[in-house]
Amino acid sequence: MAGLHKSEFENPVVNWIDTRMPIFTMMQKEYGSFPTPKNFNYFWNFGALAMISLAIMIATGIFLAMNYTAHTSLAFDSVERIMRDVNYGWLLRYIHANGASMFFIVVYIHIFRALYYGSYKAPRELLFMLGVVILLLMMATAFMGYVLPWGQMSYWGATVITNLFSAIPIVGEGIVTWLWGGFSVDNPTLNRFFSLHYLMPFMITGVVFLHIVALHITGSNNPLGIDVKSPQDTLPFHPYYTAKDSIGICVYLLVFAGLVFFAPNLLNHPDNYIPANPLVTPAHIVPEWYFLPYYAILRSVPNKLGGVILMFSSIAVLFVLPWLDTSPVRSARFRPIYKQLILVMVASFLVLGYVGGKPPEGIYVVLGRVATAYWFLHFLVLLPILGKLERPLPLPESISRPVVRRPPSSGGGGPLPQGATAKPMEKP
Amino acid sequence: MADTASATVRDAITTVGAADPAKRDFLKLLTGSAVAIGVGAIVWPFIDSMNPAKDILALSSIEVDLAPVQEGQAITVVWRGKPIFVRNRTADEIKGAESVALNQLIDPQSDADRVKAGKEKWLVVIGICTHLGCVPLGNKVTDPRGDYGGWFCPCHGSQYDTSGRVRHGPAPANLGLPPYTFAGDTKIKIG
Ligand code: FES
Repeated sequence: MAGLHKSEFENPVVNWIDTRMPIFTMMQKEYGSFPTPKNFNYFWNFGALAMISLAIMIATGIFLAMNYTAHTSLAFDSVERIMRDVNYGWLLRYIHANGASMFFIVVYIHIFRALYYGSYKAPRELLFMLGVVILLLMMATAFMGYVLPWGQMSYWGATVITNLFSAIPIVGEGIVTWLWGGFSVDNPTLNRFFSLHYLMPFMITGVVFLHIVALHITGSNNPLGIDVKSPQDTLPFHPYYTAKDSIGICVYLLVFAGLVFFAPNLLNHPDNYIPANPLVTPAHIVPEWYFLPYYAILRSVPNKLGGVILMFSSIAVLFVLPWLDTSPVRSARFRPIYKQLILVMVASFLVLGYVGGKPPEGIYVVLGRVATAYWFLHFLVLLPILGKLERPLPLPESISRPVVRRPPSSGGGGPLPQGATAKPMEKP
Repeated sequence: MADTASATVRDAITTVGAADPAKRDFLKLLTGSAVAIGVGAIVWPFIDSMNPAKDILALSSIEVDLAPVQEGQAITVVWRGKPIFVRNRTADEIKGAESVALNQLIDPQSDADRVKAGKEKWLVVIGICTHLGCVPLGNKVTDPRGDYGGWFCPCHGSQYDTSGRVRHGPAPANLGLPPYTFAGDTKIKIG
């Protein structure tokens, strides 16, 4: 028989299992003693928070599905029944609805972290690309979930988004009919959206698993963006980062609970409490807040196909980001110009989000176009050039040096490379 | 008999075992294409099951009585789950629609091609904005009708004229025309 595992666990049951299938050893290796850079700041909490969000969404979703009916004549009422009659139905639904928002907030910050500290650069390109895949799957899942309550925004959101595909020349109309399973968004559409909305979180789970596998091969990046050089630079994941993540999780849950219990409809749209009506379009169709930036990009182009292409490329550009950014230095902390530009990029994203929620007229159109232009300029022009022009600050020799030699213990000690003394534990 | 058979098998085995590269490539190609065709054949039923089902295709025609629609008014009827606008156009509106030069249009089409000959006052169009599928406003007299007197889409501001032709973007095409026929003077059959 091909080698049994020699387990070191003392508990006889655990040992018995571990001998035959060493998952406990694997957990211990990947989450217990896993060597992790010792200089993480709180930005490194957001991966764990995203995992928690996914788990919360799946848990609440499974129970909501027990009371939801995917039929155009029953869906809206079944959601109202969940709110009024099902025990704690209101809680499950508000957690699920606001959980989507929390998930996107967390993931957007997680992505910002990756961009700011250069976590997408070699050797973590694949890790980053898997992350972009997760983002796309999340968007598809969230979109289909929003359709299920079958309110006005559900219906018209579904109509507008599925119609994006009609912009494809020749086959577009056929694809849209196929997506709908009819000649308009109707019962077949609702049914398949429910089926896919239930399926996709598990696909996300699968890709998250790959994301973590890739992470555990390359190891984590860190705020200095330099490689781990010796065991001195790392800490075991447990208890150091399990503890640090726990603090983040508490804050996350506080914010989450605040939303659920005090402002459960803050991020929702009142029109979605009106049952879907295929003959009346609401005056303002707006998507959920986390889609607003892309919606703004879509609308900033006066041409249908052009708008759709630009919208999809705004995310697709992230797939090639590891090759667009030519600078060998990862962390923005040592890139004086990039450090400014990334803030401009974040600003353009926020402006797009603001504009996406406004009617497409006057100043909003102009703002939307400027921000869209910057988004693409940033990734396609500035980043490739910047790598050549920018003079990065000198990098510290290792993670331990600046971490160990920081005030108040400073005063003595050998000379440090300039820049390494800049408080590495600060939270930017 | 059994002997010759097994000898043939043995020969065959030796031949393959001799690893004639061209033959092996051919076999690989053959197996590969058989698998590809098989997979394609079994995937298609799954994909096609998402296309409109027979009962949905069957709901394909309706009759509309035009008698109650006064001049200048419009009604909305539902055909295949889509809103259909039926508008009784005034003489002015017809003249306006006919007199536009085709080169001024985003999606050039003459008014005559969009109505039935002799029934110019009846305009029947699919009430779905060709941009991203909202229902344009303009059927009620109190609705905004845009600068061209037809319909105005509240979603992204497309405007249509009294022939249902797009006059202001972002919509790329005119309002669609459903297939319909007149069944008598004041009755149409859509579909
Ligand atoms: S859907 Fe009518 S203008 Fe966009």
